Amino acid sequence: MIPTRYRRLSGPLLLLAALAAISGCGDSPQGGSDALSGTIQIDGSSTAFPVSQAVAEEFRKEQPHVQVNVGVSGTGGGFKRFTVGETDISNASRPIKDSEREAAAANGIEFIEMRIGTDGLSVMVNNANDFVDCLTVQELNAVWKPGSTIDNWQDVRAGFPDQRLRLYGPDTDSGTFDYFTEEINGEAQVSRADYTASADDNVLVQGIAGDRGALGYFGYAYYQENQESLKVVAVDGGDGCVTPEPSTIEDGSYKPLSRPLFIYVNSSSLEKPEVKAFVTFYMDHGYQLTEEEGYVPVERSIYEANKAAAGL
Amino acid sequence: MAKAEVTALLNPRLAVRKRIGSVAYVIFMLAILIGLAGLAALLLRVLWQGVPWLSLHFLTDYPSRFPEQAGMKSAIFGTIWIMALTGLFTVPVGVGAAVYLEEYAPKNWFTRIIEVNISNLAGVPSIVYGLLGLAVFVQILALGRTVLAGAMTMSLLVMPIVIIASREAIRAVPSTYREASYGLGATKFQTVKDVVLPHALPGIMTGTILAMSRAIGEAAPMIAISALVFLTFIPTDPLDEFSVMPIQIYNWVSQPRPEFRGIAAAGIIVLLVVLLSMNAVAIYIRNRTQKRSEE
Repeated sequence: MIPTRYRRLSGPLLLLAALAAISGCGDSPQGGSDALSGTIQIDGSSTAFPVSQAVAEEFRKEQPHVQVNVGVSGTGGGFKRFTVGETDISNASRPIKDSEREAAAANGIEFIEMRIGTDGLSVMVNNANDFVDCLTVQELNAVWKPGSTIDNWQDVRAGFPDQRLRLYGPDTDSGTFDYFTEEINGEAQVSRADYTASADDNVLVQGIAGDRGALGYFGYAYYQENQESLKVVAVDGGDGCVTPEPSTIEDGSYKPLSRPLFIYVNSSSLEKPEVKAFVTFYMDHGYQLTEEEGYVPVERSIYEANKAAAGL
Repeated sequence: MAKAEVTALLNPRLAVRKRIGSVAYVIFMLAILIGLAGLAALLLRVLWQGVPWLSLHFLTDYPSRFPEQAGMKSAIFGTIWIMALTGLFTVPVGVGAAVYLEEYAPKNWFTRIIEVNISNLAGVPSIVYGLLGLAVFVQILALGRTVLAGAMTMSLLVMPIVIIASREAIRAVPSTYREASYGLGATKFQTVKDVVLPHALPGIMTGTILAMSRAIGEAAPMIAISALVFLTFIPTDPLDEFSVMPIQIYNWVSQPRPEFRGIAAAGIIVLLVVLLSMNAVAIYIRNRTQKRSEE
């Protein structure tokens, strides 16, 4: 008699259990003759994520029973997982570091590096800024180096007006931050710290778009999507001012802020047919999908070379 | 003499006190209005941005790089899995701990330390639980980045809320009930099971609702466990990988294409609907059990 007090709870609990059970149905693999199955784990750079996501999405149309999971732990976070064998493929917006190479070797992980494209880190100012068209690497360094106290545009270059300078950039976990600081300040991760930092590039876009004195940097794809609300600054790396554009990024004349995008593939994962098929698909469609996602693809021959290196 | 003059004579400061009273009323009114205005602004903005993107396929499709094809099926099911398992882990353990502390534990310095610590745990930032879960469940217990590890982490996060609320509810059961039960010859366990818990159930349910509402919106600890944002399968058992709605929304907000801000807003609307319906079910159960316990 007394337990009826609790019986009322059983209905909703059953409902919950039923929901959990339903989630198990629906996508049960059927497996055709040449259908592959299995799971491919990808993690790493949020910059390279859109490309790998695009490839995974297209690949799913060919091989619907292969589960491709793509995460965004950042280039460094991705390598941490990759070098202990947790993931099959790691997205990266910089080459693998020696320390990460050693970690992989210590865990017996062999891998193949595949270049998939190039990103041009874009230096941006507010649309209302009519005096900056180009900055030299030295000027960028003077502004961004650790300990820099420049907080007015007139201190950046003689002739610039008296306008307060405020800085925007990615946070320290970002591969973009690593690359920019390495190229501009000479050492990765070394930067002045009194700037508005965000892991979310859209926050930087909003900040720069709303601040007349703003100066900031982020990946090319974000500039492409926000061309109307921001002004891009050409960068002079010693050979004159160059604006980031697909052509200048591809031929390397936009320097030093062009950076390579990679995927790293675990060699033993490549023995699995689904990973083999996925990487082949990646290299066959990498050119088009990299371009669609706002980055600059490498030459078609490089995708072929990647395939050859992996024995595909 | 007119009535007002009489009052003024009898109580010279009445007018001043009344004026202070009405000023206080306005201040309190403003306090609630500011809160409501903030909420309304948030909701309107989300609705404005997100409603155009809402459709059935948004619920039944997997994530996509094309805004018009993007859906949150994997995240919705991931959230349902995490919530169901979190509830399963949290409620028995949380209520059990509360029963022990209220009904069994001796009142000494040791239990007081436990109590203070539980209250403090409720205020620990959620990312700390995420890192703890990553270290203990994912790595040491080798559960991997699975639904099970996620739900266990989430359970740790919301456990203090359930314990605190359950203790309040148990404490609110009049001690005369217990004494009557003992008087009839019931054992301690029978008293707890048949007298204390049924009467405390509404309060326990309230605490559970609060705890689950917090859990469903947490992104930080889940990102520590699983940063998956492109997942085209739904978990079929607790050892599958998963994504949850807040992770998905967080990722959409940071996409370069501006359309994804609308998709993110649509995701927030879905999250709110799931949250509200979860709460509605729980409140309905609570009200029914409440009626019974008053009989």
